[in-house]
Amino acid sequence: MGGHGVLLLPGLRRWTPGRSAWMSRLCGGVRFSSCTPKVCIVGSGPAGFYTAQHLLKTHQNVHVDIYERLPVPFGLVRFGVAPDHPEVKNVINTFTQTAKHSRCRFYGNVNVGKDVSVGELKQAYHAVVLSYGAEGNRSMGVPGEGLAGVYSAKDFVGWYNGHPSCRELNPDLNCETAVILGQGNVALDVARVLLSPIDILKKTDITQPALEALVRSQIRRVLIVGRRGPVQVACTIKELREMVNLPGTKSEMVEADFDGVTEALKDLPRPRKRLTELLLKTALDTPGDKEQQRRHQASRTWGFRFFRSPSEVLADADGNKTVGIRLAVTRLEGSGEGARAVLTGEVEDVTCGLVISSIGYKSHPIDPSVPFDTRRAVIPNTMGRVKQATGLYCSGWLKTGPTGVIATTMNNSFDTARSLVEDMESEALDLSSVKTGSEVISALLEERGVKSVSFSDWEKIDSVEMSRGEASGKPREKILTVEEMIQVART
Amino acid sequence: MLSRREVGGGRSSLGFSLIPSFPQGSNNKVTVHFINRDGDKITAKGAPGDTLLDVVLNEDLDFDGFGACEGTLACSTCHLIFEDEVFKKLGPVTDEEMDMLDLAYGLTDTSRLGCQICLSKSLDGMVARVPESVTDIRQSKDESA
Repeated sequence: MGGHGVLLLPGLRRWTPGRSAWMSRLCGGVRFSSCTPKVCIVGSGPAGFYTAQHLLKTHQNVHVDIYERLPVPFGLVRFGVAPDHPEVKNVINTFTQTAKHSRCRFYGNVNVGKDVSVGELKQAYHAVVLSYGAEGNRSMGVPGEGLAGVYSAKDFVGWYNGHPSCRELNPDLNCETAVILGQGNVALDVARVLLSPIDILKKTDITQPALEALVRSQIRRVLIVGRRGPVQVACTIKELREMVNLPGTKSEMVEADFDGVTEALKDLPRPRKRLTELLLKTALDTPGDKEQQRRHQASRTWGFRFFRSPSEVLADADGNKTVGIRLAVTRLEGSGEGARAVLTGEVEDVTCGLVISSIGYKSHPIDPSVPFDTRRAVIPNTMGRVKQATGLYCSGWLKTGPTGVIATTMNNSFDTARSLVEDMESEALDLSSVKTGSEVISALLEERGVKSVSFSDWEKIDSVEMSRGEASGKPREKILTVEEMIQVART
Repeated sequence: MLSRREVGGGRSSLGFSLIPSFPQGSNNKVTVHFINRDGDKITAKGAPGDTLLDVVLNEDLDFDGFGACEGTLACSTCHLIFEDEVFKKLGPVTDEEMDMLDLAYGLTDTSRLGCQICLSKSLDGMVARVPESVTDIRQSKDESA
């Protein structure tokens, strides 16, 4: 038994430099300086799953446990991606493969921060990755924001996508005009869902209550408002094209908003140029006969309104319901991406009964022991390593802020996983002590009366949703309450 | 919602190519050389009609995050870069492909999405480079926040 390794036979005690023999024996003795690395990930959206995927692929021994507050996985892929964008949800297939990896475990229905603390996770695991995203939203900060008829896009999207916390939203769609603040892809998703023909929506996984509300909806006009100009619009061309081609609708924009835009085209990079060209064409082109006819038959209208910023939501005489929105008129200082909107002092009132603010999601701190930048609403980090902490990492929107599509998050999560693996291999992360991971956490949860939901439990929920959907020609009929999800999970 | 799958390619969510493969003789195969992100050359073969994404998946080529949406024109992670002469032979790009390509990191004048390129004998020996990153640039840099 020479050499640097430690071959342990029962009853043999042997001191190894800097480590206790007892520890070595527990580790199985072959590589006494490191035990099976155990990592836990908080949040099972794309960030959580892509981080897990990369860890499992690049480290042959690591075990990964994913904790999720809801009984169902996948985060915004399930609750954010629009119902009429099913292809974007194909990533669920790769996440499912990861969840079923022999070294991966999913624990749903566990609220980190309430059922178990980050501190307890840090004790049980060698590393903790926080990827719980952004469950809040930025507020407009204007009077009247709390009136009936005003919703955040996050809640509105959560409502039509079946998030249990948005079930009672009951938005009142009994008005002709809806105003959306913000011009990103989320704003366009909301506009498209509000104006899509029911025949299209009814074949998607939109929830039944939302579908019924949309059938009854009186909304015929949607304005998508931004404080800067056409060249700064935040949405991307695929989503704009979908609006332009939306059956039964026509667009209505303000020509004057486009002054100077044609001249600006030549200096734009190709992606922005194509987007702006499509916008210009939609706003300014004289339609040919076929298009004239199509517009004539359109019963619903949508349009961008530029150089407008919300200043107050206006209430009815009783002061309860939204009857309009006061918009401050802006002008641009500078040009291109960096142009800034500056108030001119003028205002414009728009009659509307529904106001949806789509100005950004926002992360919340999970635990006072975890550093949090309240100004940017992210966890301060360097390449995914949480600053002023050891063994703590973050990925996804919590790391970089709440923008970007799934593929952006994928890359961001791969980066965090790379940092973690680097730290494991360089021993920047201490792997010398055995961590029992889910064993100790499961025991704690049981003591506290929390019963987790496994991935195969989720598959029961998945199966029930899909078979209920089949009955109505939909890919699935989502279960809308945590109680029912758990009930199905326990069958 | 209109189907986003190109008739000429794309993978169904069931996982097989929408174009039936031609009879498998070994002289029917098309050779493709991929340059991965480390600069290594990886040679693979596919049948005429297979897309480049099909080849990557069938041959288990391990490009991180490649083909996230499974060939349905809903992402830009199968972004590949070609030499001029090959690029010219690849045929026209639809608006749909261009819309997604526009969001690819490191976009060049000879970039295409691998899920939209179908193999043919005239492309035998082609070289396709996997660019640096798979980041989709669809994030608003809201500095005026």
